[in-house]
Amino acid sequence: MGRLLSWATIGTEGGFWLPSQGSEGAAEVDRIFGFVFWVSAFFFLLIVALMVLFVIRYRRRPGREDAEPSPRHNTPLEITWTTIPILIVIAIFIWGFKVYLDINTPPANAYEVLVTGQKWKWLFTYPNGHVDENLHVPVATPIRLVMTSEDVIHGFYIPAFRLKRDVVPGRYVKLWFQATKPGEYQIYCTQYCGTGHSDMWAKAVVHEPGGFERWLEDASNFLAKMSPAEAGERLYGTRGCAQCHSVDGKGGTGPTFKAMFGHQVPLDGGKATVADENYIRESILEPQAKIVAGFQPVMPTFQGRLKDQEITAIIEYLKTLK
Amino acid sequence: MKEGGKKSMASTDVAVGGGPAGVAENALGKDNYLTHGRGLRSWLLTLDHKRIGVMYLVSILSSFLLGGIFALLIRTKLLSPGTSALMTADQYNQSFTLHGAIMIFLFIIPGIPAALGNFVLPLMLGAKDVAFPRLNLASYYMWVTGALLALVSITTGAVDTGWTFYTPYSTTTNTNVIAMVAGVFVLGFSSIFTGLNFVVTIHKLRPRGMSWFRMPLFLWGIYGTAIIQIMATPVLGITLLLLIAERALGVGIFDPALGGDPVLFQHFFWFYSHPAVYIMILPAMGVISELVSVFSRKHIFGYKFIALSSIAIAVISFLVWGHHMFVAGQSNLASMIFSALTFMVAIPSAVKVFNWIATMYKGSIWLATPMLYVLSFLFLFGIGGLTGLFLGALAVDVHLHDTYFVVAHFHYVMFGGTVIAFLGGLHYWWPKMFGRMYSELWGRVGALLVFVGFNTTFFTQFVMGSKGAPRRSYHYVAEFQPYHQLSTIGSYVLAVGFVIIAINFLHSLFRGRPAPANPWGGATLEWQTSSPPPHDNFAVSPAAGDPYDVEDWRYDREIGGFVRKPRVGSAAAS
Repeated sequence: MGRLLSWATIGTEGGFWLPSQGSEGAAEVDRIFGFVFWVSAFFFLLIVALMVLFVIRYRRRPGREDAEPSPRHNTPLEITWTTIPILIVIAIFIWGFKVYLDINTPPANAYEVLVTGQKWKWLFTYPNGHVDENLHVPVATPIRLVMTSEDVIHGFYIPAFRLKRDVVPGRYVKLWFQATKPGEYQIYCTQYCGTGHSDMWAKAVVHEPGGFERWLEDASNFLAKMSPAEAGERLYGTRGCAQCHSVDGKGGTGPTFKAMFGHQVPLDGGKATVADENYIRESILEPQAKIVAGFQPVMPTFQGRLKDQEITAIIEYLKTLK
Repeated sequence: MKEGGKKSMASTDVAVGGGPAGVAENALGKDNYLTHGRGLRSWLLTLDHKRIGVMYLVSILSSFLLGGIFALLIRTKLLSPGTSALMTADQYNQSFTLHGAIMIFLFIIPGIPAALGNFVLPLMLGAKDVAFPRLNLASYYMWVTGALLALVSITTGAVDTGWTFYTPYSTTTNTNVIAMVAGVFVLGFSSIFTGLNFVVTIHKLRPRGMSWFRMPLFLWGIYGTAIIQIMATPVLGITLLLLIAERALGVGIFDPALGGDPVLFQHFFWFYSHPAVYIMILPAMGVISELVSVFSRKHIFGYKFIALSSIAIAVISFLVWGHHMFVAGQSNLASMIFSALTFMVAIPSAVKVFNWIATMYKGSIWLATPMLYVLSFLFLFGIGGLTGLFLGALAVDVHLHDTYFVVAHFHYVMFGGTVIAFLGGLHYWWPKMFGRMYSELWGRVGALLVFVGFNTTFFTQFVMGSKGAPRRSYHYVAEFQPYHQLSTIGSYVLAVGFVIIAINFLHSLFRGRPAPANPWGGATLEWQTSSPPPHDNFAVSPAAGDPYDVEDWRYDREIGGFVRKPRVGSAAAS
């Protein structure tokens, strides 16, 4: 029986049906899942058993070509099989709603992380301003996610936490959870958003006590820890460059970065310039100064949003895109 | 009732003459609706509901084939988790969008009502035609126009929005959304026309003796459907026009960049599209109600409860659209109300299932092909309905929403429910439509393969989904590959099943045994005319009796069909 139960649902390591549990809410959700599973299994087996029994017993065969006399209706029976399901679904409804409220109501002292969905990646912004492509959190601490989208609707989903919410442009939605076990958990996008929808993966990394603070300090100092080109690649991914500028030669809102550095760039108005360090620095800080021929002057300035050291790192990264 | 008796007497006389034409009341080779008027023109401009039904049947089956090909392409890609040589991510996104849009709007919504319903409804009423034959033809051509617009979209930058057209993705993608949306808009009118026609027909053309509660349950199903078609479809029409306005003219309604609200689109869309799943399932339930009585050779059990549950479903179905938005950002209060109402809509469906099972009790269960589909329906719809309980429970839905669990649930209801009932109905009424019997052996083989293939394809998706696999995914994590592979193998078995069914039907048209007037012993009026029926349906308008007095119809070995021989004391059974 114990094996059967775990086959169905229950158990923190996950069974035949559910993934392993990584948050406090997950256990609550799984208990309802288990209850609904056994109710459904009971009614399904009842229906199929009666069906099979009747087919075997009352099969049309020589000598048994007519139905036996039996009632055509029975009101008490109808009332019974209407009322019992109503009572059961009311129970499921109440339980489901109660837990839904719990998982939607964050405690006041939660640690807050800002989540931004964009085509096609997640960005996580920490209170100190650090931006990361994965969600890092401390274990056994309530975490509040404040989420928004920069383009279309995305869906933020962590199966191990039984947590999901659509991330809608133009509004902020909130989610919360408390992880129970250190480890790495898969994050998906569940609201279809175009070409890279199924690549919009990230990890939720749950740290041991104390580990999170160390990680955040290290990660925030990535300029000091990484080579400039590596740091530049990271900035390219997290500061919004990637949305308009490809690195593989594909077209976009802005010109591709592939094989740009050191080459002649045709400008709007017929002139040309060489894409050197100063040109790139100028284009980041004063994007409207020189527009590449065939593109619109739509890039916002990064004055005040990128430090000098960061601009240098980006330039070093562009140099590697041969 | 007298006429029925006379007819079978007369036909017995003919049968003595021998030869294939001698089978009782088979009208092949005589004047029937198929031979009444020849040439393409006589079909394209016909006002005969039977011919319009057949044209719909051919059209929707072509759509089903096209949608099925997209499904097989999707399943084949998903054999491996990574990038595939078969199709790019964009082509994959277009494929699942077209699979959904074609199957929903071109096949399953018009499927049972417009194809089977058009053919059967006036016959069941003992009428000559629907109330508005010209409107009926117009609705067919609306369907054709909508289908052509969809084809325009497929060939000029096929849509990649998913069949749900969610904004702001649908207003910003560079595929041809407008053609597809315009197509769906026109198809909506086709649906409204059909619904209107059927409502008026059922109200005005019922024969003597057919009160509301002596109407075949298939007609209750069609009636409930027609109400939804008329009341909900206009909302979809307006929503799609607003979408076109936003895309073409930049009017900000749904796109937050233009000051709109994307969740508003979801409310509008599901206000139609949730009732629309009942447009798809109610007629299927009607078919099952007919079949389960005829093939149990027994009166239906709990007629009034089955009939009224159709209306209850139609009404409640308007009030549950918000369950598509439990994770979309609607308020907790709204989610609570929609969850409660969603559970309530499960009840009438459960009541129907219990009554169908009770109908089989003490019957004389005849496992002909249509009955195999009934059993298949009860099994699959049982799973489809019960898995709805998981999705209705708010906290559990948060986990399962937008995963393969929802895909599996939807297919168990729509395919396991509606398509299976459609196949059952098609096998049931095929002899009436074309005057030929198909091979019973191959019919059963087809039913079995579809059952096995379907479960292999979609049950695996329940497991994948509850483990957290998101739907609409070109790439997936390697953990899910075994499930995907099993699912794909299932889809190939399913395809083989459909090929066998198609060959069996086509073969019957040329080589099938001529069908008697009443091959299954149905007591509804369509079985009281020849197979296929004459142009005017009935030589003499039949009077309606109890549509489930199937026990009064007894098999006659000599003519290979059923004739009316009221049992002594059969009235006492009621």
